[in-house]
Amino acid sequence: MTLALKRLSRHFPDIAALDDVSLDIAPGEFVALVGPSGSGKTTLLRILAGLDYPDEGSVTQNGQDFLAASARERNVGLVFQHYALFRHLTVRENVAFGLRVRPRRRRPSRDQIRARVDELLKRVQLAELGNRYPSQLSGGQRQRVALARALAVEPDVLLLDEPFGALDAQVRTALRRWLRELHEELELTTVFVTHDQEEALELADRIVVMNKGRIEQVGRPHEVYQDPATPFVCEFIGRTNRIALERRGDTWGAGGWSLPAGAAGGLFRSAVGYVRPEHLSLLVPEGQPAWEAKLRHVYLAGSIAHLDIYVADIDQTLEVDVASEDLARLALTPGVALRVAPTRLVAFPLGDGPAGVPVVGERWIMRRQNTEQS
Amino acid sequence: MRRRVLPGFGLSLGFAVTYLGLIVLLPLAALAWKASDVGFAGILKLLASPRTLAALKLSFGGALLAAGINVVVGLMVTWALVRYRFPGRRILDALIDLPFALPTAVAGIALTAIYAPNGWFGRWLVPLGIQVAYTPLGVLLAMVFVGFPFVVRTLQPVLQSLEQDVEDAAESLGATGLQTFLRVVLPTLVPTLLTGFALALARAVGEYGSVIFIAGNIPLRSEIAPLLIVQRLDEFDYATAAALGVVMLAFSLVLLVLVSALQRWTRRWAEQSA
Repeated sequence: MTLALKRLSRHFPDIAALDDVSLDIAPGEFVALVGPSGSGKTTLLRILAGLDYPDEGSVTQNGQDFLAASARERNVGLVFQHYALFRHLTVRENVAFGLRVRPRRRRPSRDQIRARVDELLKRVQLAELGNRYPSQLSGGQRQRVALARALAVEPDVLLLDEPFGALDAQVRTALRRWLRELHEELELTTVFVTHDQEEALELADRIVVMNKGRIEQVGRPHEVYQDPATPFVCEFIGRTNRIALERRGDTWGAGGWSLPAGAAGGLFRSAVGYVRPEHLSLLVPEGQPAWEAKLRHVYLAGSIAHLDIYVADIDQTLEVDVASEDLARLALTPGVALRVAPTRLVAFPLGDGPAGVPVVGERWIMRRQNTEQS
Repeated sequence: MRRRVLPGFGLSLGFAVTYLGLIVLLPLAALAWKASDVGFAGILKLLASPRTLAALKLSFGGALLAAGINVVVGLMVTWALVRYRFPGRRILDALIDLPFALPTAVAGIALTAIYAPNGWFGRWLVPLGIQVAYTPLGVLLAMVFVGFPFVVRTLQPVLQSLEQDVEDAAESLGATGLQTFLRVVLPTLVPTLLTGFALALARAVGEYGSVIFIAGNIPLRSEIAPLLIVQRLDEFDYATAAALGVVMLAFSLVLLVLVSALQRWTRRWAEQSA
């Protein structure tokens, strides 16, 4: 059941919603399409659902033209952000809908439909609420009804459009875990769209990061997080500090800190570096290159503390994450002076143009070997 | 009772009751009072007259049929107005309200002029054996004309607020276009269609001005009940006129209560929200 998307383009009057997008989706895979609004992720999902068609490109399923089938022949399960339940039907009738509208010879008997609906309602933990109307359910319950309704027709692919977008944080987290378990149980190919990168990192086998109708990077969650392919991915996935780098002979640096000699390749004159908050060491010994910094604020967030540190050299405030239990051990109180250096940095050379556009395809990753301080 | 942000329950209810009493109930009570001059037996005798019966049948039968036609055609017109963008859409939208604005007598005269045997349209229809003016068909036409805007204007906002997602979901679950319309769209519109039906019905039952011009008012054939009332009034027979009015009022009330009950039943899914 491999879905192969080849060179898809979709143009709307004022924007290119999809611009030459290619992607393979393996059977049983859980893929997240993630990107800001207007990145084309929903358009891609709607094309897979048969609710929109590309201007160019093809989608094949095991070598067969997927786009030739209409939405109703495609056998996909679709779940919407705002549930899209049939409000005049009860929960049971909603779930049974896809079976009841089948042509007579493919339609299961009444008893079969009833048994199937019972089974699905049990699976989504709504067995007691079958006779309610959607208006009598909470958001999380409604979305589970929508999921049961989509699963009733035994789809080949499950498509979810921002499924948790309208729910509050606690319900969202619970439902995410539950969806992941359900996916593992059913081994159903699942594609879901989200603008929430955290949700994508937590749920998906593979993440497709989209921006302005193009795919920026495809990879496993840790790949996308650790080895972002483009500056956009650095900034969109996770939190990061952006630092302008300047050429220093055969290496790069910023302020009082520089990379080891010989780090600079190519002819580029400037570059931009990205450092994750957890990749900054705070107590660099004298003699090693580092920024002189001052701790400004400590925001305790449970097991982790977010620190704001100000580096005068480069006139920039950096975000640092440390384990909460290290706060006391490292004597981290506001006002204290620190020597700070990145332990891991992803850098992109900038072109010579005035806009400082990153050079496509060029990327360096710096990793310091002796990791811990103190 | 729950405390509201804005006070004024007592004031608004008091005003509403007083106002309705003066504007609606008082005249109706006076009507019933006057009708009591002929008494219950008088009303029964009135109902036994074939001419009265024929007029009532035409008034209510015609109004029911006209409201039914308006619901079907109104749904189609509203669908086109809401779902599609085409040149002249706004003009069409504005035209819908004309039957509201026109003095009904003007509408009646215009319809008659067009559908009379020597009118623009009538001269082509009569040779085909279709006589509109001065027949029950003409009455029906006038009733459709005056009731039409009610259906469109009640339906329009509801149709506009329907979510496209719901139809997409139905399609993706394997429903055909017809199934989606019949099982998903139409059931959510039925309560509103019934509201439109009730309004168009009420208007058609009470319509006088436009109907009498095109009806020809032939007793037993194309004479409506309101006209009978006016005739009694012309003869200074106020009691009989009031009795006829009471009969119409009773019929109308029964019909509207029925429609309202039906509407409640079709909206049961929205009755008790969580």
